[in-house]
Amino acid sequence: MTAVAEQVGQWLDLFTNQPAAEPWVQALRSEAFARFAEVGFPSTHIEEWRFTNVKPIAAVSWASRPTLNPAALPEHAQQHLAKHADIAHPFVALNTAFLHDVKVIQVPRGKVLEEPIEITYEGADGVATHPRTLILVGADAHCTIIETYKGTGTYFTNAVTEIVLGDAAVVDHYKVQQESSSAFHVATLHATIGRSAAFSSHSISLGGALTRNDANAVLSEGSDANLNGLYICNGTQHVDNHTSIDHTKPHATSHELYKGILDGRSYAVFNGKIIVRTDAQKTDSKQTNKNLVLSDDATINTKPELQIWADDVRCTHGATIGQLDSEMLFYLQSRGIAKMDARNLLIYAFAQDIVDRIKVQSLRDSLERILFEKFHEHSE
Amino acid sequence: MSLLEIKDLHAKVGDREILKGINLTVNAGEVHAIMGPNGSGKSTLAQVLAGRDLYVVTSGQVLLDGKDLLEMAPEDRAREGVFLAFQYPVEIPGVSNMYFLKAAVNQIRKHRGIDELDAMDFLNLVRDKMQIMKMDQTLLNRPVNTGFSGGEKKRNEIFQMAVLEPRLAILDETDSGLDIDALRTVSAGVNAMRNPERGMIVVTHYQRLLNEIIPDYVHVLADGRLVKSGGKELALELEKGGYAALGIHEEEEAVGRV
Repeated sequence: MTAVAEQVGQWLDLFTNQPAAEPWVQALRSEAFARFAEVGFPSTHIEEWRFTNVKPIAAVSWASRPTLNPAALPEHAQQHLAKHADIAHPFVALNTAFLHDVKVIQVPRGKVLEEPIEITYEGADGVATHPRTLILVGADAHCTIIETYKGTGTYFTNAVTEIVLGDAAVVDHYKVQQESSSAFHVATLHATIGRSAAFSSHSISLGGALTRNDANAVLSEGSDANLNGLYICNGTQHVDNHTSIDHTKPHATSHELYKGILDGRSYAVFNGKIIVRTDAQKTDSKQTNKNLVLSDDATINTKPELQIWADDVRCTHGATIGQLDSEMLFYLQSRGIAKMDARNLLIYAFAQDIVDRIKVQSLRDSLERILFEKFHEHSE
Repeated sequence: MSLLEIKDLHAKVGDREILKGINLTVNAGEVHAIMGPNGSGKSTLAQVLAGRDLYVVTSGQVLLDGKDLLEMAPEDRAREGVFLAFQYPVEIPGVSNMYFLKAAVNQIRKHRGIDELDAMDFLNLVRDKMQIMKMDQTLLNRPVNTGFSGGEKKRNEIFQMAVLEPRLAILDETDSGLDIDALRTVSAGVNAMRNPERGMIVVTHYQRLLNEIIPDYVHVLADGRLVKSGGKELALELEKGGYAALGIHEEEEAVGRV
C-alpha cells in the first residue's frame, strides 16, 4: 500500500460506516472523501504545511463518535454548506466527508442579537470529531458568536466553521481553544463578507499538543475584516496559524494582529497571506505579528505573504520576535517588585491589547483569569 | 552607622572600566550632589547602586545601613529603601501605573512587616502625593510612562518616590528636559521629602537644579573618580568657571549612559 492509501484506509471504514444522510449531504460527503482519498494528510513537502507535521494525527486509529441520523438541515443551509470552506484543504475535505449534525445558526435580516451565541465542542479520549458550524447572518443583522473547544484525553478535533455575512452585517466571532494538553486540534474558519459588512475574528489558542488554525476572510466592496489572534504555548506545544485575507473588491479594509507567547520547547508558526485582486483598488490592509519568546528552545516561524495585483492600495505588514525587555524588568524590580512578578506582569501586558479587543465582558474576564493563572500572577 | 558607605567602587560595562574607585559616605539627613561632565560615570554610579546588571562591579563595597548592598537583587535594594529616579524612565505599555505602583508599595510593605494596603487605602495615599506633584489623576490609569511627556515622566518618578518613601533617594539627572515651572514642581516634591531619616544623592550635569534642591555637599566626578568635594558653593564655582576651570575636559562621546 502507498502511504496515502495506508492513511486513508482507516478513514474509509469510518466513512462507509456512518449513517446515511439526505442525498445532497451524501453527495457533499462523497465528493469530499474522494478528494481526501486522493491526497491524504499533507506532508511537510507541501509549502502550506512545511512547518507543521501532522503525522502524529495520521498515525492514530481514531474511533468515531456514535452518530444519530443527521437532522434535516434548513433549506437556506443547502445553498451555503460546504460552498465557502474549500475542500482543497485536506482537513476541510475530511471534515466534509463526515458531515453530520451540522450546527446551523441563522440570524434574519436586520436582527440585532444582544447576547452572544455560545457553542462548545468537547473532545473525548480516542475519538476523532469533525465539528461543523454554519453561520448565516442576514443583511444589516448583528451577532456575536463564541466557539469554545475543550475536552479530556488524547483526541482529534477537526473543525470547520463557515460564516456568511450579508450586506452591512456585523459579526464578532470568538474561538477559544482550550483543548487538553494531548489533543490534536485542526480548525478552519472561513468568512465570506458582504458589501460594507464588518467581520472580526478573535482566535485564542491555549491548549492542545498540536494546533493548526486556518482563518480565511473574503472581502467584498467596502467590507471590513479584523483578525486578531493570541497563542500561548509551552512545553512541546505546536501552534500553527495560517490566515488568508482576500480583497476582491474596492474600498475594503483589513486589520490583522496576531500575538504569540512562547515558552519551553514550543514551536509556533504564523503565515499571513493577503491577496489584493485587480479590482480591489483603495484597499487598506495592515498585518502585524508579534512574538514574545521566553525560552532559548522555543521557535517561531513567521511569514507574511502578500499578493497584490491592484496598484492603488495601502498594505503594510510587520513581524517582531523579542524577549522580555531587560530595561522594563529592571524598572519594575527597582521599585521593589520581585523579578518573577515583574516578568509575569510584562508577559501579561504583552497580551493585553488582544484581551482589550474582546468585547464580551464575561469572556474577557475569564481570559484574564486564565492568563493570570498561567503566569502565576499575584498582586501581592 | 552611616546610611550609605561606598568604598573604592570599581565597575565596568563590557571591557570598559567606568567607575575607577569611588569613595563616598552619605549620612541620614544629608543631600549630596554629584556633578560631572558627560561620560564621567554619574549615571553608571546611580544605576550600579540600584542594581542594574548591565554593569559589573569589579571591586569595592557598598553598605546600606551596614548591609552589603551589592549582594542584593534590585528588588531587595528597593525593599531595603533604595530608590532611583531614572534619567530616562522606560515606557511599559499594558501595565497600568496604578497596578504597578500598588504592587510596588505592597511588596515593600510586606518586606517591612507592615499590613498591605487595599485599593481604597492606596487611593487615599496616592491622591495627596499626586496633588503635590501637580499630576493629573488620569495618569494613574494610563500605562506606566507610556505616552507621557518628558516632564510627566520626571514628575511620575518623584511621585513614585513620594509614595515609596525610600531611605536613600538617588536622583539621576532629574532636571534634564524640564522647563523652569516643571523643575520647580519636581524640586518642591523632592524638598518636601527631605528629613533627618532620609539621605539623597542628586546627580546632575548643571547647577540650576541645585538652586532649587540645595545640597549639603557637592562632589565632582571626572573619569570615574570623585576629584573634588566641598559644600554647596562648589556648585557655584563650577557654574562660573565650568569643568575646565578644574582641569576637567568633557568627553566628546558620552559613555556610561544607558
